[in-house]
Amino acid sequence: MLDPADEAPLLELRGLTYTATTATLLDDVSAALPATGVTAIIGANGAGKTTLLRLLAGLLTPTAGEIDWSLAGSARRTAMVFQRPVILRRSVDANIRHAIAPLGLNEAEAARRVDEALAVCRLDHLRTAPARRLSGGEQQRLALARALARKPDVLLLDEPCASLDPQSTAAIEAIVRQAAAASTAVVLVTHDIAQAQRLAAWVMFLDAGRLIEHSRAGAFFAGPQTAEARDYLAGRLPPIAPGDEGS
Amino acid sequence: MQEALEALGLAGRLIVSMDGDVLEIVALSLQVSLTAVAVSCLIGLPLGALLAMTRFRGRNVLIVLNNALMGLPPVVVGLAIYLAISRAGPFGVFGLLYTPTAMIIAQTVLVLPIVTALARQTIEDLNAEYDDYLRSLGLGIGGRLRTLLWDGRTGLITAAIAGMGRAIAEVGAVIIVGGNIDHVTRVMTTAIALETSKGELALAMALGIILMAISLALNAATHALRGDAMRRMYA
Repeated sequence: MLDPADEAPLLELRGLTYTATTATLLDDVSAALPATGVTAIIGANGAGKTTLLRLLAGLLTPTAGEIDWSLAGSARRTAMVFQRPVILRRSVDANIRHAIAPLGLNEAEAARRVDEALAVCRLDHLRTAPARRLSGGEQQRLALARALARKPDVLLLDEPCASLDPQSTAAIEAIVRQAAAASTAVVLVTHDIAQAQRLAAWVMFLDAGRLIEHSRAGAFFAGPQTAEARDYLAGRLPPIAPGDEGS
Repeated sequence: MQEALEALGLAGRLIVSMDGDVLEIVALSLQVSLTAVAVSCLIGLPLGALLAMTRFRGRNVLIVLNNALMGLPPVVVGLAIYLAISRAGPFGVFGLLYTPTAMIIAQTVLVLPIVTALARQTIEDLNAEYDDYLRSLGLGIGGRLRTLLWDGRTGLITAAIAGMGRAIAEVGAVIIVGGNIDHVTRVMTTAIALETSKGELALAMALGIILMAISLALNAATHALRGDAMRRMYA
């Protein structure tokens, strides 16, 4: 399915497939991702959401198909925030500096980006603090600050609020909204349907590794086109396959 | 007992008076062992990190081999190096036998497997946590290696100290390749062995006390360093 995104697409997925040793985790996914706004990837556990995100981040190599980044220009730049943030054993600002070091910026620009990322993520007061001493919410904001300092074309978020309280979740969502408003494409994997409704402009619904719906968020949540999406949004569990009753 | 007490008193006087012979032996011991540990760290830390970060055919064989080398008997290492650098050996032309350089080589051979194995373990644990993130930054193996070595520094300091413990306490290899020559290759352990065999217990005890003190100081410094790093890094 190649979605006719009516905004300028940033990249195209063409027949993207990923097969692990024993199973196909992503099966022939084709879509165009818009250059701005938040695209939420939703679906049940095992639907292939994180696999798709890891393929976009370059952490996995597709078994078949391709991701066409040519629309983004020659320098593709992604930044990924993981469900459990990986915090380096150094200070808050040193974590951000480490993330932008591969970009080869001059000192003035690097310092400017650190300041800006700290301000956006409201971490100025913790600039020199040991990063691993931050609270869970602060650590996830630091992970976002590191990602934003790289000024990515695509910001990839893998359930960034999964283990956060409502206050921290609201803080993360505010930063994501700000990034999307500043012309960064955001791809958000989430199990939180309310969060997807709050943030997303587009929704990709995956089921058993297949992309079965890709539409504007408003249209998707108002009237999903497939039975699988309707069941998922209604919280109806899929039928148990024959032979799985006892498991 | 009386003889031992007299020797102990004499040993105390040798230390307090900063006896020239004692200082020379201690200085050479530290020079040889610290150099061996430094060389071992230069080779062993990146080697251990690479073993931790990469997967290739034969990797497990290398790890098992390296772990086995940690238990190498020093006298066997001494003998092997003696054969290699003696006049008739393949490296005899360099004239290294009975020099501090030969002792450094011997201690490096003994310390390197320890540093490599401990570095591999430290970095492997850290890499399991960091790998996806570092790859997502687009870092090549060099960038990931530098990050892991820096962030694993508290564990790696322990590896270096363990190596220093092995080096400074070692006697079998350095006595074979160094020859325990006075004012040339005499270090604390070889001097203790010699003086004890001669019945000169005072110098042996003085050096033994200093050796113990150095060992204690090293461990205390490591403990303090780790404690400080843990406070600052919450690692």
